Amino acid sequence: MSSPNRAAAALAIAAAGLLVGGVALAIFWAPEDVDQGFSQKIFFIHVPVALTAYAFFGFGAWKALRLLSTRNSRYDLESYTAVHMGVIFGLLTLVTGSIWAKTSWGQWWSWGERQLVLFLIVFLFYSAYFMLRYSTDPGPRRERNSAVFALFGVALIPVSFLAVRIAGTILHPTVFTHDDGVAMPWEMFLAFCICLGGVLALAATFYRVELAGKRIDESLKELREQLA
Amino acid sequence: MSAYAVDVATLARKDVLLELRSRDTLPAMLLFVVSALVVFHFALPADASDRAEIGLFWIALIFTALLGLTRAFAAERDQGLLDGLVLAPVDRSAIWAAKVISVVVFLALAEAVALPAYALFFQPVGWQLVAAVALADVGIASIGALVAAMAVASRSRELLLPLLFLPLAIPVVIGGVGASVSENPASFLGFLGLYDAVFAILAWASFEYVVTE
Repeated sequence: MSSPNRAAAALAIAAAGLLVGGVALAIFWAPEDVDQGFSQKIFFIHVPVALTAYAFFGFGAWKALRLLSTRNSRYDLESYTAVHMGVIFGLLTLVTGSIWAKTSWGQWWSWGERQLVLFLIVFLFYSAYFMLRYSTDPGPRRERNSAVFALFGVALIPVSFLAVRIAGTILHPTVFTHDDGVAMPWEMFLAFCICLGGVLALAATFYRVELAGKRIDESLKELREQLA
Repeated sequence: MSAYAVDVATLARKDVLLELRSRDTLPAMLLFVVSALVVFHFALPADASDRAEIGLFWIALIFTALLGLTRAFAAERDQGLLDGLVLAPVDRSAIWAAKVISVVVFLALAEAVALPAYALFFQPVGWQLVAAVALADVGIASIGALVAAMAVASRSRELLLPLLFLPLAIPVVIGGVGASVSENPASFLGFLGLYDAVFAILAWASFEYVVTE
């Protein structure tokens, strides 16, 4: 068990360093946004967290695919942990996005903000994943149902993206577009990349710790059953 | 006809025949959709816009479909039929395809009542709405047959199905409402077609994993 622990510790240190450095760069070094001023700095946390959530959902679906093709139940726990982490980061995205919306537009929630609406749909979908898991008895059936549902998630994300996009053109007038993602100053972009690296390292740490915890839970349950 | 098509047709015929004999689901769906429309009439303020009525029609449709889907695997569950079907020498995806056909048939019958009722109570029905409903049926049935099979395997069946189904149905509602409200319905109808294709292929390919032990 020592090598996974050491890897998690290394990742945690990397995450701490990158996050502190990235946030410091974002606050003190990157130029302030002309329109939004200081409140725009939440961008350096909000967007990396959102991208990390997507990465987790994709990773969970990949593990689900591995489960379905190999029938190795090891992947079930990995896929579950990835979705679990994805939902936590998704919730963080909704919270930080909501704070950003409040500071820059004066309201906590705006249906015109497509990325957030998309996230809400995806978040609801993956919350249902938990309901599915908790209400099905453990066994190969649950593993495969969860895997299929996790796979549907990666199909739902682009489809919903498209839906929210075309709906945005007519149901809700598009007021805000921030297509200036690539056009940001290079200092800002560098700080953003460091923050992204930091959040990803943090996410990888969480994933490892949580997976180890879930594995211990499983073996503890097995031991208890053997004793009983 | 290929052997696969024969299997699908036989299984779908079984579902329709069961419903014709027992009359469990369809009358409930018909009554529900008409009751829902009446409730919606009173839920809307008197000066509500036509667009709000379109939205409520789609809500009625989604919940009626949900009602039908809750019963979709009832016979299989109560009589242990699913084990028999899985043991039978048919491709597992044929079970899904047959279920999609029978769900689409029930939905179409419910809509054959719901659309005239909507025209009578609210506003005339345009071709866009009929086309959108037809496309939405395929998507609803494709997704629904799969998540209904998942829900049947769980402990809290009727409770779980809406939770699994509704997030997946949000794009259907967006496409359906958009097709009736927008000046450019073709893009929304195209989107519904895309949704059908993506999720039908995915559900068809993954159904086998959901039903086998």
